Amino acid sequence: MANTELIEKINRKLSEEFETDIELIRPDAPLMQTLELDSLDLVDMVVLVEQHFGLTLKAQDFASIKTFQDFYDFIDSHVNDAN
Amino acid sequence: MNRVVITGMGIYSCIGKNQEEVRQSLYRGASGIGLDPARKEYGYRSALTGILERPDIKGLLDRKKRMGLSEQGQYAYVATLEAFREAGIDEAYLQENEVGILYGNDSSAEPVIHAVDIIREKRNTALVGSGSIFQSMNSTVTMNLSVIFKLRGLSFTVSGACASGSHAIGMGYFLIRSGMQECMVCGGAQEVNMYSVGSFDGLSAFSLREDEPAKASRPFDKNRDGLVPSGGAATLILESYASAKRRGARILGEVAGYGFSSNGDHLSVPNVDGPRRSLEMAIRDSGLGIKDIRYINAHATSTQIGDLNEAKALLHVLGGARPYVTSTKSMTGHEMWMAGASEVVYSMLMMQNGFIAPHLNFEEPDEASALLHIPVQTVEKEFDAFLSNSFGFGGTNSTLIIKKFHH
Repeated sequence: MANTELIEKINRKLSEEFETDIELIRPDAPLMQTLELDSLDLVDMVVLVEQHFGLTLKAQDFASIKTFQDFYDFIDSHVNDAN
Repeated sequence: MNRVVITGMGIYSCIGKNQEEVRQSLYRGASGIGLDPARKEYGYRSALTGILERPDIKGLLDRKKRMGLSEQGQYAYVATLEAFREAGIDEAYLQENEVGILYGNDSSAEPVIHAVDIIREKRNTALVGSGSIFQSMNSTVTMNLSVIFKLRGLSFTVSGACASGSHAIGMGYFLIRSGMQECMVCGGAQEVNMYSVGSFDGLSAFSLREDEPAKASRPFDKNRDGLVPSGGAATLILESYASAKRRGARILGEVAGYGFSSNGDHLSVPNVDGPRRSLEMAIRDSGLGIKDIRYINAHATSTQIGDLNEAKALLHVLGGARPYVTSTKSMTGHEMWMAGASEVVYSMLMMQNGFIAPHLNFEEPDEASALLHIPVQTVEKEFDAFLSNSFGFGGTNSTLIIKKFHH
């Protein structure tokens, strides 16, 4: 389970990068719709995750992510794997 | 054939971020040249460049629309906003009509180099980000502006070296004259970063007069020692007279003639014959006599051979006529891909406001420029028609003639 500090950092970075009101970013909210992501934006998600979380991923890795909670868990598990 | 009129203009350059700022700079004879010290750290011979800050477009465009915009695309967006505003063309009009775009652009070096730096370091192409490809292509300006403004007409980029912007206007003129398009966004854009001019610096083409930046660009002066790279963007809205009349648009001027030629000669060394033929074609196309053209905005970039050969070509075509001749590059430096469009905007501002901007740094003529009528002070002068030359690497030449609109 992602800790509060990691969740806040994720929310802040997603809000800044995709210019979305941080109040809209809630654990059960749909990630793609809330951030208005299309296939091009997933490439920028790869860049964001590399720059701010040190993870090297592919756009396809995000395919199973539905909600922000899924995203927190996904990042958390990869950060832990990386550690 | 349709008459082709100008109904809007926009400009973003080192002498002003809109028409009014540029008009004032032109009138005062203000230089936009300065130094970029970072270039010296990278071994550039010359740090001289046009100085302009990038526009803040974050409040104007959302992220998706900004992602693909290169530096020169940002300049072009701001210039085109100004031009559409003046033309009275809004989003609803663009959705209901087939407005096209032809813009001059011949490089997009900065995003290419950034992407290659990332790929070399990270060995992961995804990390260049989604916007890189759309910023890197030569067509970056037209593809982005087409989407941002929802244009539905013809869209492509004209790459004709330092004549790109001029050819873009000339091609737009042809398309409207023939009836293929009613309204076109035409212009030119030029990135202003050191990556874009490194190889040009390597040719020893740039002035080294770094101790006096405002005196470095000195077209036609005997002691010129090279050009000063510069940039920004300029947009003109061209449309058929019938379209402008139907919309009730204010007509700013009329494209009277376009001429072109290639030297078929040398990659970088210009000649006299090519420019002469371009001039003659434009004058023939305009139906004007040479004495009707009271102002010439020369291509003259401040290189020895280029300015000399242009002066010779002009003298040949002018015969006994003595119009004022200036190069606004004495103020702006060489705006390259943009220059053919920006210099039409500069000249239009002069024609609309009844003056000719001073030609800076013309202290001692050479044997050819001594025979041209080059004003070093602002001249209060009403004139009805001007001619603008643009020449580029590979020997591509373009000449435009614009006149005041009369029914």
